[in-house]
Amino acid sequence: MVRFENVGLRYGMGPEVLKDISFEIEPRSFQFLTGPSGAGKTTLLRLILLALRPTRGLVTVFGQDTSRIEKHELTALRRRMGIVFQDFRLLDHLTTYENVALPLRVQGKEEAAYRGEVVDLLKFVGLGERMHVLPPVLSGGEKQRAAIARALITRPDLLLADEPTGNVDPSLARRLLRLFVELHHFGTAVVIATHDLALMDQIGARRLVLGDRQLHIDD
Amino acid sequence: MTAEPSQAYDATADSQARMRPGRPLVPSATIAGRALVVVIAILTFLAALTASGAQLVANASREWRSSVAREVTIQVRPQPRMDVEGAVSKAAGLARSTKGVESVRVFSKGESERLLEPWLGGGLDLVELPVPRLIVVKLTGEAAASDLGALKDTLRRDVPGASLDDHRLWVERLATMAGGVILVGLVVLGLVIAAAALAIGFATRGALAGAKDIVEVLHFVGADDIFIAREFQSRFLRLGLKGGLIGGGAAAFFLTLAGWLAASLRASPGGNEVEALFGSFEIGWSGYGAIGAVVLLVAAVTALVSRETVRRQLRSMA
Repeated sequence: MVRFENVGLRYGMGPEVLKDISFEIEPRSFQFLTGPSGAGKTTLLRLILLALRPTRGLVTVFGQDTSRIEKHELTALRRRMGIVFQDFRLLDHLTTYENVALPLRVQGKEEAAYRGEVVDLLKFVGLGERMHVLPPVLSGGEKQRAAIARALITRPDLLLADEPTGNVDPSLARRLLRLFVELHHFGTAVVIATHDLALMDQIGARRLVLGDRQLHIDD
Repeated sequence: MTAEPSQAYDATADSQARMRPGRPLVPSATIAGRALVVVIAILTFLAALTASGAQLVANASREWRSSVAREVTIQVRPQPRMDVEGAVSKAAGLARSTKGVESVRVFSKGESERLLEPWLGGGLDLVELPVPRLIVVKLTGEAAASDLGALKDTLRRDVPGASLDDHRLWVERLATMAGGVILVGLVVLGLVIAAAALAIGFATRGALAGAKDIVEVLHFVGADDIFIAREFQSRFLRLGLKGGLIGGGAAAFFLTLAGWLAASLRASPGGNEVEALFGSFEIGWSGYGAIGAVVLLVAAVTALVSRETVRRQLRSMA
């Protein structure tokens, strides 16, 4: 599904921030991406999301070499991914409901076809009473849950989540993790970037550990 | 996704949840919309005035030309030992017998002399002066140039001292002047539209820079460039229509007011001058149609320029 071979990344003429990164994400797999703050977890997720291009090495996403990818193919690939940003990236002028429905709206789907599903998911993540509220009014935890719901609504083949439980209490964190696991059981490959050891200890999943600009895999 | 039983799907709550109609994905606050609406309104006002002004001149010119072209003048110059009255009667008779002539009016000697008063003053004895005699010939719409040419040749041959003036020189001058005014109007209209396009291009680039985070999120959730460009286009189309309607409405109001003022001042000397130049100073339905066309043109240019600007900018983004 995703394959990195000797990937390196540097910004401008600076030193490499990621070096000789090689790994593979299998379909229907579940893994944590971990490492200390500043190790490059978010950067690695952005490489998978094709928001950054590597300065060397080969990145293959859904079987396509990303160095030869066209703009229209990029959109098609991104529609198969869900992303939860560390800083949520909700659109402040849209309600929670509209934010969560956004991935379906941009695909040109009729609202009547997905309204029930969006409401259902919002209730599941505990935002049933907050669906008509604008994001600036939401708490950090509520924003987090809205961002997760937005990433899940299209049932993506690959879910990338950057510190998805960073702003929620342990109880909700467990519930959200259960949601990710459930999604994984439905066939989505999940990558959760986190440095929360307690969260990782809850399930025995594969760990991709970033440190000193390199990656090692803890199966 | 399967909800837990306690949070099962509730159709009542669902029916209350929906997108707010017309809610744009690109917020208006990032577009500096009000300033752009004002700029578009001013440019539309100028363009609409130019277009309707050109239309006014074109209509007036058409009226002048048709009234001038419907009339020709026969001039009979007195010559030594010539029977002037006889020559005038003969020329009038020839004119009457020409196809396409509606009426023939012979200016009497007294009337011809009175025409010279503005230059020579009154009270002069013009008996000794060889004052030319005039015959005004009004034509119907069926008068052909070949008939007038034949009349001209017959007069020259059969009536000594007679000549026909078909005012062709005046008509040509008027046509050239009116054409020039219309051309200038079109150039000004083009320049105003170009200025509007540039202003919209800059505003779109500013809007896109202000909405960079939103565009990035839209890309990540699977929006393609066409979708994003369409969002900007629909937003700018609304701004363009709003500005265009304000500017076009102001131009229509201004011209209606000017027409009303010209009508109310018709009796005064100034009003007479205006009426002589522009007729009744009414732009009519065609003038209002021109204003409407300018409004639609400005709105269309706004939408197209914003769409193309966004698409070009997006091509350079990941």
